[in-house]
Amino acid sequence: MATNQSRAIGKWALAPSLIVLSAWAFVPLALTIYFAFLRYNLQDPDNTSWFGLSNFYYFLSDPYFTKDFINTILLVGSTIIFTIAGGVGLAVLLDQPFWGRGIVRLLMISPFFIMPTVSSLVWKNLIMHPVFGLFAGIQRFFGSTEPIDWFGHYPLISVIIIVTWQWLPYATLILLTAMQSLDGEQKDAAAMDGAPPLSYFRYIVLPHLSRPITVVILIETIFLLNIFAEIKVTSVGGFAGNLTYLVFSQLNDANDVGAAAAGGIIAVILANIVSYFLVRIVGKNLEG
Amino acid sequence: MGTIQLKKVRKAFGESIIIPGADLDIKHGEFIVFVGPSGCGKSTLLRMIAGLEDLTSGEILIDGKDCSDAAPASRGLSMVFQSYALYPHMTVRNNIAFGLKMAGETPEQIAPKVAKAAETLNLTEYLDRKPGQLSGGQRQRVAIGRAIVRNPSGFLFDEPLSNLDAALRVNMRIFIMQLHKDLGATMVYVTHDQVEAMTMADRIVVLNRGNIEQVGSPLELYNKPNSKFVAGFIGSPKMNFVEGNIAAKHKAKTIGVRPEHIDIVSGKGEWQGKILLTEHLGSDSFLHVDAGDAGRLVVRAPGEFAGKPGDNISLKPDAARIHKFDAQDLSIR
Repeated sequence: MATNQSRAIGKWALAPSLIVLSAWAFVPLALTIYFAFLRYNLQDPDNTSWFGLSNFYYFLSDPYFTKDFINTILLVGSTIIFTIAGGVGLAVLLDQPFWGRGIVRLLMISPFFIMPTVSSLVWKNLIMHPVFGLFAGIQRFFGSTEPIDWFGHYPLISVIIIVTWQWLPYATLILLTAMQSLDGEQKDAAAMDGAPPLSYFRYIVLPHLSRPITVVILIETIFLLNIFAEIKVTSVGGFAGNLTYLVFSQLNDANDVGAAAAGGIIAVILANIVSYFLVRIVGKNLEG
Repeated sequence: MGTIQLKKVRKAFGESIIIPGADLDIKHGEFIVFVGPSGCGKSTLLRMIAGLEDLTSGEILIDGKDCSDAAPASRGLSMVFQSYALYPHMTVRNNIAFGLKMAGETPEQIAPKVAKAAETLNLTEYLDRKPGQLSGGQRQRVAIGRAIVRNPSGFLFDEPLSNLDAALRVNMRIFIMQLHKDLGATMVYVTHDQVEAMTMADRIVVLNRGNIEQVGSPLELYNKPNSKFVAGFIGSPKMNFVEGNIAAKHKAKTIGVRPEHIDIVSGKGEWQGKILLTEHLGSDSFLHVDAGDAGRLVVRAPGEFAGKPGDNISLKPDAARIHKFDAQDLSIR
């Protein structure tokens, strides 16, 4: 395996996939960086010129930027909190033996397999709609004459509800698997030590779950920074848009390729800053 | 005090009966070993005493009090598990202290007890480490520390040495025996290793398919086994069993002779055989002999025995040490 010859063969054998992969990753990134420094508007495509850092300046000074930045943080943060809290609870419940557990577990995971666009449409038109929605129906059943207009009055909360619904199964799945790896003899030992259920949860189960919780936080952060379909489909981008949506609207509404590219770069940088601190804070859990 | 009484203790999972009904009296300060092949119900019986398994019927009395339905922690017993079951995210100190903390003791009450247990077990310098940073033997000692710190009236051990290597196992065996002597507490110890059972026990309980086959001191079981099962299980290497005509001469279905009770004689012995294999242990040699009608026998010879595979030898069993069994595999006395 380690002769010079076999190493050379290995390099040549890997080369094609490495070239394709790097092209895949670097060409779009390089183009984005290139566009970010151009004055390039699709309404005036012939008039393309070097623009320096102006695209970045205009993107950052856009009043929507601050708002959407805060929205992004709120969306990611609260979804993580809700999915972890709900996921721990569901994992503990689904770990108990009960009749039909297999089916329930399968159903539990299914929201994760529904395309975000589809589930957003269902939430928008069948569940949270102020006239036809399930929630409105429930409110009317209890005598309310003026059901909540979810997307009109609470756009960000509505998006958080939808995204939490989508990601709860993921958190549950990871945490349930972790629950199942908890050594049964530890439960016995805790019983011999006289730990009541709450103490058992607090001192044995929760610490056991700390590592998978860290994994869930990291993975969800990566994906939740990019939430787009839920905001676009429910048409709340103007109020509850995040940075991804802002980049989209720069391109789609303002036809400004340069500003959108600059926004994309800024989003990448911000995501890296967030993940750097996140890894430092929670990453300690992953050691040893 | 630390008496444990089992009265018609029965355990069944639906149709399958694990323990049909066990009766046992354990006296204060006794070292009792449950021994039997895997799946014989010895661990289940121990877990029922601990309160980790429910009884299907019957009664368990601890110190004369009916504890059949009592919670595990209220029975005054401590348990050492096969996998040690230490809490991996807690330091050794917190592992040992956890039971006391759950019992509502204050940190001031807990600290000296933990210190004392750690000193007994040579764990003082490891108190701030986590179980993952300890060797197998150290983890085992932490598990024992967790058990002794609560000062229980009885200890339960569930195959505690089976995850240790051979040398450490011998050390820990002696350590546990010493602990029993020092504490004077009742100990119930489960193992599938008959050597552990013979060396440690005051009384051995041999279990077979959930039934208590025989209860007695190690030598009682060795000298007077109640059944062929006990005879075969106690003693190493295993007792030789011979059936057919040779057994019929002794008016038995089966006769059993231990390897150490067969002499190699010059001239004509009772059985003639050819050596197939020899195992040299230094102090002893074990010969596997094809003895014709008597079948394949294991014979203990002195360590310096010079015979080689292929040699013919004459064998003479010690007549007084022949065990006879009837058609139900019970001993004929």
